[in-house]
Amino acid sequence: MARSEGHIDISHLGLDYEVGSRRTAAVADISLAVLPGEFVSIVGPSGCGKSTLLNVVAGFITPTRGRVRLDGEIIRGPGADRGMVFQHSSLFPWKTVLGNVEFGLKMKGIGVKERRRMAHTLLSLAGLAGFEGQFPDRLSGGMQQRVGIVRALATGPRVLLMDEPFGALDAQTREIMQQILTNIWERLGISVLFVTHDVDEAIFLSDRVYVMTARPGRLKAEMPIGLKRPRERDGMVSQEFLELRGRLASLVREESLRAMGGELASDLGGLEAMLERRF
Amino acid sequence: MDGSVPTERRAFTLIPSGMQPNAPAAGGPARRGAALQRAWPRIRAALLGTLSVLVFLTLWQAASATHLDFFLRFDNIPSPAVVAVQATTVVFSADFLNDVLASCERVYFGFALAALLAVPVGLLIGRYRAARELLFPLCELLRPVPAIAWVPISIMLWPTDWQSIVFITFLGAFFPILLNTVHGVQRIDPILVRAARSLGAREGAIFREVYLAGAMPAIFTGLAVGMGVGWVSVIAAEMISGQSGIGYFTWEAYSLIAYPDIVLGMAAIGLLGLVSSAGIRRLGRLAMPWLPAH
Repeated sequence: MARSEGHIDISHLGLDYEVGSRRTAAVADISLAVLPGEFVSIVGPSGCGKSTLLNVVAGFITPTRGRVRLDGEIIRGPGADRGMVFQHSSLFPWKTVLGNVEFGLKMKGIGVKERRRMAHTLLSLAGLAGFEGQFPDRLSGGMQQRVGIVRALATGPRVLLMDEPFGALDAQTREIMQQILTNIWERLGISVLFVTHDVDEAIFLSDRVYVMTARPGRLKAEMPIGLKRPRERDGMVSQEFLELRGRLASLVREESLRAMGGELASDLGGLEAMLERRF
Repeated sequence: MDGSVPTERRAFTLIPSGMQPNAPAAGGPARRGAALQRAWPRIRAALLGTLSVLVFLTLWQAASATHLDFFLRFDNIPSPAVVAVQATTVVFSADFLNDVLASCERVYFGFALAALLAVPVGLLIGRYRAARELLFPLCELLRPVPAIAWVPISIMLWPTDWQSIVFITFLGAFFPILLNTVHGVQRIDPILVRAARSLGAREGAIFREVYLAGAMPAIFTGLAVGMGVGWVSVIAAEMISGQSGIGYFTWEAYSLIAYPDIVLGMAAIGLLGLVSSAGIRRLGRLAMPWLPAH
């Protein structure tokens, strides 16, 4: 399915923040692109700034340096053209599944009957028919995230931004959700920018994977994933997959060690200083 | 190779489903016992609640009947039996019913005004820092002043007695509603606001669909508490008027030294407050079907 919209262009993005009186960089100098219809993942150690990066693309944070463009227009704030799925369930607890999915359509000004019909259709396509009247707290974590994905897609956004959407789920549910997501993506062909720390997940889902360094986050590597589409679970043990996995995992591990080493070093430094003062 | 897998190399053994133990027994004594088991928590709650009330009444009856005088003096305190007898004559009289209606009118009106003002103000204070900085200090300054202390000012301030009385019940109900509303707004998970934004919601829609909707449980808590405090204030409020109301009835009984009537008035106010708050809670459960039942 050829797509013309959903081109994310990040150029020389930098984000600083203040801790007390100090100014540190969360994200240093990032330039990357998501072409229309591409599924791109960003992997990196915890705290590297990948979620921050996604929040900038979503429009929740203004960058300190650099620009993010969507189809040529600079992003200045959040909007329905960039659908977002968060790590923890962000469904409105006071709305039913149907009410949640309808929400974006309601914001667009679509009438009650019409948006109800559209929401019903979307939920059926996602295999959630029968759950329309349930409130989110009655659903399992996996179902809630599924509803979250449908809700984000209901408005027909140009890109889908996903911030470790399966990170809070158990391993089995996670695998099933990855398959569901890739099936949906195959059908829609929407651009996706996906953040995760799980290397397997990134390879399974993506066309390309970027690796981010430890803080301040820069891009360490870019890896095209040439695996056959549509992706199936069985393909995850092929020679090709294992090579990709091996290389990607070692790149991420280097950065994880660097991130953790930094923390350990500063903790030890503080401990030494405290002991010196005592004696 | 004959196709069968040698025992040593099999990785797992399937367990046939017919061999499951714990097949549930149906019908008869087992089912009746199960129903009792399910109802037990509620039965127990009712029994324990009744028990403590009975102990309270028994101790009080004993203390009053024996005119107990041991640090506390029960000499003039009417026993529950005496109060009950008095109740049977008074409660169904026209005067008493008028008093109940009059107090209800004043409390409910004051409560309604309080809700109409406190909920929007609370939403604004909770949502916008400028509103909080502007309005909150004033509210916090006025809040600790007890209803009874407002009575002289209220009499001077308002043209009619009825307005002065309603002002007192209004003040009683206002602050719990305000504070709970503010708290409800502040507790909204910011991720829900972000989710709404990324679904295309603008400021007005976010205020209605996220902040107001999300704060509803806290608002109803505030309304229930506010209703209760409104009733607590009615006795101070009705000091103002020499005409009618349960608060007035209680004051009259005090000045006429009709002890059973004093206790009767207290009980009536307490009961009316309880029932009114419970009514608000009931409405809340109907308005908020997504909350878990208790």
